[in-house]
Amino acid sequence: MSLTTVQPVHTEILPEEPAVKGIEGRTPLQLVFQRLKTDRVALVSIVVILLIVAMAVFAGVIAHITGHGPTDANPDNGTDATGQPLPPGSPGYLLGTDNLGRDILVRIAYGARISLVVGVLATAIATVFGVIIGLFAGYYGGWLDSILARIMDVVLSFPYVLFAIVLVSVFGSSLPLTILVIAFFSFAAIGRIVRGQALSQREKEYVEAAHSLGAGNLRIMFVDILPNLVAPVIVLATLLIPTAIIFEATLSFLGLGVVPPTPSWGNMLSDAEGVGFQAWWFYIFPMLFLLLTTLAFNLLGDAVRDALDPRTERIFAARRKKVKVEAA
Amino acid sequence: MIRFLIRRIVLGVLTLWVIITLVFILYYAAPHDPAASLAGRAATPALLQQINREYGFNLPIIVQYWHYLERMVPWPGLFNLGTSNTNRLPVTTIIAQAVPIDISLAVGSAILWMLLGVSVGVLAARRPRSLLDRGATAFVLTGISMPTFILGLLLLYVFYYVLTIHGIAIFPKPGSWTPFTRNPLEWAHDLILPWVTLALITAATYSRLTRSSLLETLGEDYIRTARAKGLSERRVVYRHALRSSLTPILTQFGIDLATVMGGAIITESIFGLPGLGLTVVQAIQVQNLPVVIGIVLVASFFVVAANIAVDALYAVLDPRVRVS
Repeated sequence: MSLTTVQPVHTEILPEEPAVKGIEGRTPLQLVFQRLKTDRVALVSIVVILLIVAMAVFAGVIAHITGHGPTDANPDNGTDATGQPLPPGSPGYLLGTDNLGRDILVRIAYGARISLVVGVLATAIATVFGVIIGLFAGYYGGWLDSILARIMDVVLSFPYVLFAIVLVSVFGSSLPLTILVIAFFSFAAIGRIVRGQALSQREKEYVEAAHSLGAGNLRIMFVDILPNLVAPVIVLATLLIPTAIIFEATLSFLGLGVVPPTPSWGNMLSDAEGVGFQAWWFYIFPMLFLLLTTLAFNLLGDAVRDALDPRTERIFAARRKKVKVEAA
Repeated sequence: MIRFLIRRIVLGVLTLWVIITLVFILYYAAPHDPAASLAGRAATPALLQQINREYGFNLPIIVQYWHYLERMVPWPGLFNLGTSNTNRLPVTTIIAQAVPIDISLAVGSAILWMLLGVSVGVLAARRPRSLLDRGATAFVLTGISMPTFILGLLLLYVFYYVLTIHGIAIFPKPGSWTPFTRNPLEWAHDLILPWVTLALITAATYSRLTRSSLLETLGEDYIRTARAKGLSERRVVYRHALRSSLTPILTQFGIDLATVMGGAIITESIFGLPGLGLTVVQAIQVQNLPVVIGIVLVASFFVVAANIAVDALYAVLDPRVRVS
């Protein structure tokens, strides 16, 4: 499953030409980017993700342009003459206002910050710990592996939403705690995959070669084996980001994540539910952005997996070979 | 086989022990005063002292832990989950009242998600790369990306609120619940929207699993043999291939079923169903520790038991598992 199985396709080149010349010095990463560039779904998802990132980064600018902050409750300006919230498209309020007269567009932009920070940070922490623990378990094996694998099994069989809300209820909800809780329940997913891969990699000849050259265990694990595991780890990490985003939104929706009045997409929806089905625009915009973000990350993850998967490479290779045969 | 089962059960008990210990650490060793949360706002020092004496909160932590563990042993005379801080009912009674709702939720939605998930997966696998397959992929990705509370709110908005204000009150308002034994039709009617919510979210995973598992099986030699014998495609797919592709689906199914039985927190909160999920959320909000601990224990027990059951079934279906 590692990238080293990606074979050059130019093996039947004319005998007088040196075969090496036909092989361009492309790194696996370059190959992946090349394939992603031809994948329209992947390109669209990247654009969507970049737009949402831009919205999060420039949330302050959006607030400045519209003139209302994310927590400004403006019963005078943000509501109509009878005190009702403004519908989308009202002058100055592109997506309307909520029941407290707060600008929904500005709140969504600030909510994007929370979602992205939680998604990326929780995934990063989970990936680092998952890789380290998985590598140690798979490389050393023995009793260390038994203990670490058992721990990961136990974490994976936790009723984790339940446990997350218990944790949050004891320590009080805060952003760092939310991130740590999500990371804790995600690391085992990565750890288990890395462990399985490390188990098979450590039997390979290159590891034996490294040993005979006098390389230490740490060096073999992190310099020799780790690069071969990058592909599955990248795919899993990309797919963990939307899971973490949903997790945070769910906690916030239950009132156990980001504390109001700080806006997050989850607590905006919880606020909307709190006032009954007063107005459709309280719901539809946070829902739309949340769904768009998770969908974009999931699509990108799938595309990256296809681009990294050697089995797909065979399809690519077959197609190229066919073109070559037809051209000849 | 017996050794395999014993090992799995030991691991399951170990998992439960880790979980209840973590809950203990969180609630008893964490820097906060359990007596104060029990006494409520009108706490006097005398009352606090009395509570501390009665519940043993002033004993050394290790002694408290021992008493706590003792109460968790499922043995008559020992097992005691305590009483609720708010209404003084035994926690076991509260759980017994909530569990039928979760079983109802789990059974109905599981039937729906299996039917939907597996059939979409089979359709997609029979014609890979077709328009149908792309449609199935879109369904799967939307399902995986969809947070449960968004789907629940959407269904509630469209099928309850919009229809009701237009005078077509087909679906019951949130909070409706009729026990199956009282009126099965009313029971199903009250649960349709929660069932659909859970089923649509969960079915996506099953479609993906079925598709990939069936595609892999269809590439095997014995399928080629079956086709070469001149069997109809229908027979090849349903009788020969699907059967052996169902093993990974079974694993997933056991765990998902148990998770829903231990409380579908979001779905119950949105549709106001007083099952374990809603009960635990309400208990957490008022720091009602005995109820929280009881429900965490029950939910974890379901998941752990399902893991063991699935592993055992797996070993029966696939002899290779038993050896390793």
